Amino acid sequence: MGEILLPLLILSPLAASEILFISAGRISARAVGTVACAGVGLSAVISIVLSVLLLSGPATGLLQATLWPWMHIAGFSADIAFMLDRISMVMILVVTIVGLLIHIYAASYMRDDPGVARFFGCMTLFVASMLVLVLASDLLCLFIGWEGVGLCSYLLIGFWYDNPVNTAAARKAFYMTRMGDTAFLCGLLLLATAVGSLHIDTVLAAVTNGQIAPSALNMAALFILIGALAKSAQIPFQTWLPDAMAGPTPTSALIHAATMVTAGVYLIARLHDLFAQAAPVMALTAVLGALTILMGACTALVQSDLKRILAWSTISQLGYMFLALGCGVWQAALFHLMTHAFFKALLFLTAGAIIVRTHHEQDIFRLGGLRHTMPGLTAAFVTGASALAGLPLVTAGFYSKEMILSGVWPAHFRLTHELTLNGHFLWGMALLGAFLTALYIFRCVFIVFFGKSGTTTRGQTSRLMTIPLGCLCVLSLCGGIIEMPTTFPPLHLFSALLDPAASHSHADEPGWLVLAGAVVPLAGLAVAWVLWGRPSPVMREMPGQAVVIRFARTGEGIDMLYDRLFVQPFRFLTWLTRHDILDYIITGTGRLTRTASTSVLRARTDFLGTLTLWGTSGIRETDRLLGQIQNGRVRWYAAWIAGGLSAGLAMAMLS
Amino acid sequence: MPVFSFNDTLLLATVLFSVGLAGVLVRRNMIFMLMSLDIMLNAAALVFVGAGARWHDAAGQVMFLLILALAAVETAVGLAIILCLHARGRPTLDADTGNLLQG
Repeated sequence: MGEILLPLLILSPLAASEILFISAGRISARAVGTVACAGVGLSAVISIVLSVLLLSGPATGLLQATLWPWMHIAGFSADIAFMLDRISMVMILVVTIVGLLIHIYAASYMRDDPGVARFFGCMTLFVASMLVLVLASDLLCLFIGWEGVGLCSYLLIGFWYDNPVNTAAARKAFYMTRMGDTAFLCGLLLLATAVGSLHIDTVLAAVTNGQIAPSALNMAALFILIGALAKSAQIPFQTWLPDAMAGPTPTSALIHAATMVTAGVYLIARLHDLFAQAAPVMALTAVLGALTILMGACTALVQSDLKRILAWSTISQLGYMFLALGCGVWQAALFHLMTHAFFKALLFLTAGAIIVRTHHEQDIFRLGGLRHTMPGLTAAFVTGASALAGLPLVTAGFYSKEMILSGVWPAHFRLTHELTLNGHFLWGMALLGAFLTALYIFRCVFIVFFGKSGTTTRGQTSRLMTIPLGCLCVLSLCGGIIEMPTTFPPLHLFSALLDPAASHSHADEPGWLVLAGAVVPLAGLAVAWVLWGRPSPVMREMPGQAVVIRFARTGEGIDMLYDRLFVQPFRFLTWLTRHDILDYIITGTGRLTRTASTSVLRARTDFLGTLTLWGTSGIRETDRLLGQIQNGRVRWYAAWIAGGLSAGLAMAMLS
Repeated sequence: MPVFSFNDTLLLATVLFSVGLAGVLVRRNMIFMLMSLDIMLNAAALVFVGAGARWHDAAGQVMFLLILALAAVETAVGLAIILCLHARGRPTLDADTGNLLQG
């Protein structure tokens, strides 16, 4: 049964996408939404059925479906093959269920857009690509989904292509992820040459058997890490994600929550055995993750655009996942991925609903007091914000963040013999990140929903949009209780689900760690209340144009740095090649030759012409003279005879 | 009887020839042209005679007789041409009007 259902799971949104693309402009917006939701909904149902099938089997069991062999050559083989194990099960549930909720929301949100068929075609294709990526049991097959996700993100970010800003953002996202794709492909080629197959099980078995030389393994892991960093918008590739806000809001929700950016996290979690053998790369992953947490949070703290705050918060939250992956607690990363998908989708969809009802106003300082006019959306946004901040006990974000923090604490990296990196330091950074997270998201909440009202609002949020919001609220609040911190009642459903054999009991973990993780978000909330929330807040307006603020608001000037570092030199190079000195020499020589040959030709033509002209005129003149001689007058003839005779005689005698 | 030197004879013949030639070239009347031609022929005959006297040879005088006959024939032919032209309806003696063969 799994052999049939696995391809069907991918085929269902793919078919919806094909129908929508082919029928673009011929069916009504309502029908378009129905088809898209049906496609994704069917795959959600199938994924639930598959999960039940998988969980009812043995603990290490998996469902496999090999559709057809792709290529079989000497030394290498690849198949179009899909596999469902516990890791991908979590992913398909997240992708299809969150994707379905977003689609239902978007069916209402995009109802009046003329390009609605194209939009849903891309969205369903996005989901299908993500499912290919998640289910592929062959890394080359995974790469198809990887590229498909990149393509769909490009199409959707540049959906409103009338505006050059949007297409520029789409191109930026495409280029940035493309760099990572190239690195990823390099890593795949390294693995393929070392192992002879890119089948994930074969690769991991070869890695654990020690078939691959450590240097090659480290290089491959590094390349794959670069690919994952680019896809998940981590340092140094983080710049594309804030610009990706140019797309429609459901797209942002889909990219940030369910599909695109989680691909990198999933990839590393999928290959965690490989990364476990490459200690330096693991350390790099953890450090980059920790840096990204702080950087994303700091940048989000000074943004004034509602969607940009959420974008930077996504980058920051993905940093948590990478930190967890780097520390080897990939279960925690997947857990946080899941809860993050819930609350980030909730936040984005709520933000979209708010923006629609306030005449497309995204500046949080022009919004304000919205809790009076839209209490339902306020409740949804506050729920999402609490989950993002990780307010203790009641939200999903708390449990997943706690799992990451407790996994980071005992981590220990031995880079070289002398140099070691202690997990305590990274833990501290993550904790600071948690504080900042609570601070920036509640800053946003207090400014947008409290205080005096800023803008007029209109209409009601349609029922079709409220249903997904409600579902996501519930998931954001309750999605986390399946995995408790160790000091709490021993409820570890999630880690037991992923890795039934291992027992994650950090017995040596001090109890105050959990306490710190619980207190810090509350502290952030309190500070945010003092600064922005009180009736007479400390900061109401955007703090002045201090250099630090301006620097941070542009994403730490990374864009400008890249512009100086890569774009300008490249432009200079192209300028140089356009104004090539050799080119000039060759062109100059050519021009000179042409001029010379032209003048030679002209001179020759002129000379011959003149000569001919002279010749003809001379002949004509002679002719005329000779003609005059022959005038028919006898006396003249006689005179000529006499003259000629005299001349002849004179010559004969004088010589 | 006075004896002329051969040089004097040649000088006289040249003068006569020149006069005849000038007459041919200058006069337009065909009768006078024929007469001038006779003068030129006589000048040539004079040279033959002078040469015969100089080298004591009778062939010079023989040549003179031949030239005399030639001159008579020439005059006859010339006069006949003039008469023919008159008969054809060209009542003129001007040599220059007969230039129909001009190139």
